[in-house]
Amino acid sequence: MENHMTRQPLLEIENLAVSYFTRAGEIPAVADFNLRLDAGEAVGLVGESGCGKTTVAMAIMRYLGGNGRIVDGSIRFQDRDLTTMGKEELRQLRGSAIAMVYQEPMAALNPSMTIGAQLMEVPRFHDGATHAEAYERSRELLADVKLADSARLMAAYPHQLSGGQQQRVVIAMALLSNPKLLLLDEPTTALDVTVEAGIVELIRELAQKYGTGMLYISHNLGLIRDTCDRVCIMYSGRAVEMGSVRQLFEQPRHPYTQGLFHCIALPSTDKLARPLKPIRGQLPLPHQRPPGCSFAPRCDHFAAGTCDTPGLKMHEIGGGHEVRCERWRDIDKDAVTVTAPAEAAQAVGEEVISVNDLSKYYAVRDRSVAAMITRRRVRYVKANESLTFTAREGETVAIVGESGCGKSTFAKVLMGLETATDGAIEFQGKDIANTDVQQRSRKQVSALQMVFQNPFDTLNPSQSVGSQIGRVIRKFDSSTDRSKVRSRVVELLDLVKLPRDFMHRRPRQLSGGQKQRVGIARAFAGNPSAVVADEPVSALDVSVAAAVTALLLDIQRRNRTTLLFISHDLGVVRYLADRVVVMYLGRVMEQGTTEEVFSPPYHPYTEALLSAVPVADTRVRKKRIILEGTLPSPLNPPKGCPFASRCQRKIGDICDTTPPPVLASPSGHAIACHIALAELAEVEPVFTVEQADAAE
Amino acid sequence: MAILILKRIGTMALMMLVVSLIVFLLLEIDKESVAVKVLGVFTTEEQRRLWLEANGYFEPLYLRYFSWLAGFVTGDLGESTVFRVPVSEILWPRLANTAILGVLAMLVLIPLSLLLGVFAGMREGSLQDRAISVVSIITTSVPEFASGIFLVAVFVVGLHLLPGTSTMIEGFDLTQLVLPVAVLVIYDFGYVTRMTRASMAEVMMTPYIRTAVLKGLPFRRVIVRHALRNALIAPFTVIMLQINWLLSGVIVVELLFAYKGFGTLLLEAALNGDIFVIEACTMVAVFVAVATQTIADLGYTLLNPRIRFT
Repeated sequence: MENHMTRQPLLEIENLAVSYFTRAGEIPAVADFNLRLDAGEAVGLVGESGCGKTTVAMAIMRYLGGNGRIVDGSIRFQDRDLTTMGKEELRQLRGSAIAMVYQEPMAALNPSMTIGAQLMEVPRFHDGATHAEAYERSRELLADVKLADSARLMAAYPHQLSGGQQQRVVIAMALLSNPKLLLLDEPTTALDVTVEAGIVELIRELAQKYGTGMLYISHNLGLIRDTCDRVCIMYSGRAVEMGSVRQLFEQPRHPYTQGLFHCIALPSTDKLARPLKPIRGQLPLPHQRPPGCSFAPRCDHFAAGTCDTPGLKMHEIGGGHEVRCERWRDIDKDAVTVTAPAEAAQAVGEEVISVNDLSKYYAVRDRSVAAMITRRRVRYVKANESLTFTAREGETVAIVGESGCGKSTFAKVLMGLETATDGAIEFQGKDIANTDVQQRSRKQVSALQMVFQNPFDTLNPSQSVGSQIGRVIRKFDSSTDRSKVRSRVVELLDLVKLPRDFMHRRPRQLSGGQKQRVGIARAFAGNPSAVVADEPVSALDVSVAAAVTALLLDIQRRNRTTLLFISHDLGVVRYLADRVVVMYLGRVMEQGTTEEVFSPPYHPYTEALLSAVPVADTRVRKKRIILEGTLPSPLNPPKGCPFASRCQRKIGDICDTTPPPVLASPSGHAIACHIALAELAEVEPVFTVEQADAAE
Repeated sequence: MAILILKRIGTMALMMLVVSLIVFLLLEIDKESVAVKVLGVFTTEEQRRLWLEANGYFEPLYLRYFSWLAGFVTGDLGESTVFRVPVSEILWPRLANTAILGVLAMLVLIPLSLLLGVFAGMREGSLQDRAISVVSIITTSVPEFASGIFLVAVFVVGLHLLPGTSTMIEGFDLTQLVLPVAVLVIYDFGYVTRMTRASMAEVMMTPYIRTAVLKGLPFRRVIVRHALRNALIAPFTVIMLQINWLLSGVIVVELLFAYKGFGTLLLEAALNGDIFVIEACTMVAVFVAVATQTIADLGYTLLNPRIRFT
């Protein structure tokens, strides 16, 4: 930190202001932004959507679209001002000295060009390499980003690769010209957690190997902790806090930063020990920003006369730690104001859902000649294979696993959108596994409802909120009395804490969090006894997600609803679930109470899954396990244990040839593995919490 | 790929078969009306009965269909009741004339509209974009007969530069084709241009174009290598539909310039109740429609690797 000031900065942003010009006038996206990045340093840029973090990256690249403009300030890169640079000079910098990795790798690659052709352009245009040289270098870099079979990949098209492979290609493309500065815009947001862990590991290794400076944009504080030296928190177009990862994670000064940390569910603690505390209110739109501190309307420490004066500056508080808060001295950094008292664990009631040996196969017809000869024209995707578990009244059962593990298929069968191939689902004493939703009684349908993943697509855009909820009520209650329906709609809006006049609004007038609240109200309209929530908050911002999660839990607790919570976010699962079912390739690998699943003995897959979760807590030490390989094709699953091909604890041929036995403890904790329970129990826990903060 | 082509051709044949059945049933199920159309209204019932019997019309319907179909497949299209010659003798020359007109129109239309569309779409909202969009909307909204008359007024009556009719009585004359081609192109290029523009503008907004730009590629390279191929997928289908449109859409133009083409033939046949010519023309039109769509499908597969390799 001492030589920080003496070193020559690689990138120096001063007083940057970027605005978008629309019909409605000038919209300031970023204002008064300062950042310094040294060679080889990794700086994280964190904030919720709309805070301007991507705009900063695009301003560095000078790619702001037709209506964006840098209105003030300078961006100096190696002592050259990017904001005044000519087109040709800029072109030579882009992709060579400054390169970028994007959020959606599939969209970032040209679908009609081969990987090789796209990679080779970089050396061809920046270094004037010959075709053969360019090919050789591209192939080497593919090997560098740990893609096996690089020669074959060079000739492949993007859609023939998995998401993780695509992102590795994009990273290889960015590194081909040996850039001094790498901009990473949410590079792992679209990927599965185990794939994410691999990419993050790769980025860290490569940055060290090539000495690249990195600007890492993310909304995930856990990832920043894993990858960055320093971090900058942005809120509503401004930097609100900046410092080293250690300073900022251990002593967050700005109320917004503190609020963010309270919104994150950590996989190392649960709801009883550390309840989530959502930030109230919502992000102000750019033209509705209050004078002074933008965070003031949501801040608990607001002081009139201080916080609402325009032109608030960053305060240096020592060691390079800066905060844009007038009251930072008055705010106790350690005060965790727990407003929601920790709830005592609830007793669960009778069995509501009982899944017994449930299987769902999809037939895939192969029309190739080879399939005709071998007489294997119909093959089966085993989306669900022998699922067995139960859920009781008032209980939250989480189903976790990577994409493609069959968790959404299970939800479809449960809801009656698909029917089971084999096995039974007993719901309130009746088998519904083979009853299509059309054939279920009205009572059954209203008793089993769903909250969907993407609130942006699941509401009808041309109907008002009130009529959408009202329709459900009329359908389930079969009461047509208008005033009765209306009062019930009001009741439901109150339940999900939305203002009553939202009844007349259309979905487009609602924010993402508000839409999901409507989705919850709709699901609870028929007083369901069980609700399936399929990744209900994964599309939402951290602070909004925390509020929606808290709300869902609160309603569930009051109504003693059985909640099946499908998620890939183990932090949230740890936070809210009573029991956890871990799925892989359509099969249950491990199930038990949350406590049991999150501590040894683990199934090796659970262990890997847990270690892949980024944890935004510097006191937590994490064991690092990176899964190799990709998910096997469900068309051709391994004969023995489905996880055998990637398992870090594989013990031998038995794993490949024989399906593992289910090892169950008396309490009901079950692990499907060949390794003895006693041996698994001796494994070191994935998370260890350092109790004392000796260093500072 | 070979399997795909075979499959497509199979589907095409099947569609032709279905359409032929519909055409046959529509036009020939009522024997009496066929006889009336062929022999004229001033014939006795006895004459018609004899004609029907001589031509096998009293056989079962399915046998009649098969022999009709066999005639079609072998090129025996029957005899025109107006010209009293085999249909094939009039149909093919007329079709060839229209093909000449169509090919010339396409040769101008395709490069022109793709070029304009790409130029407009590559910088959405720019001056060139707006100018091209306005011109293409105006030209498309003027119907062919109006622009045809306008062009004749200017270039034939006013400037005496071009001939006003395209009868080709004194042999093939390219100058006689200038105006018909111009009318077709003026009417149609705006449509293809706007489709290309929309497709190009959409591609320019995609993240992979951003990737290409931020890779530091020259703008020309971004357009030619990264944008064009993806942007041409949608217009390709539209262009294939234009071929289909040309076949019947030329009626107005052919009539306006007295050009002896397929369109006028169809019109005359319809007006005169020339039943076998109508049947033949219909089947030709259907064949062109199905064939262009098959080519469009195959071309689409070639252009789009996501469909080619699954």
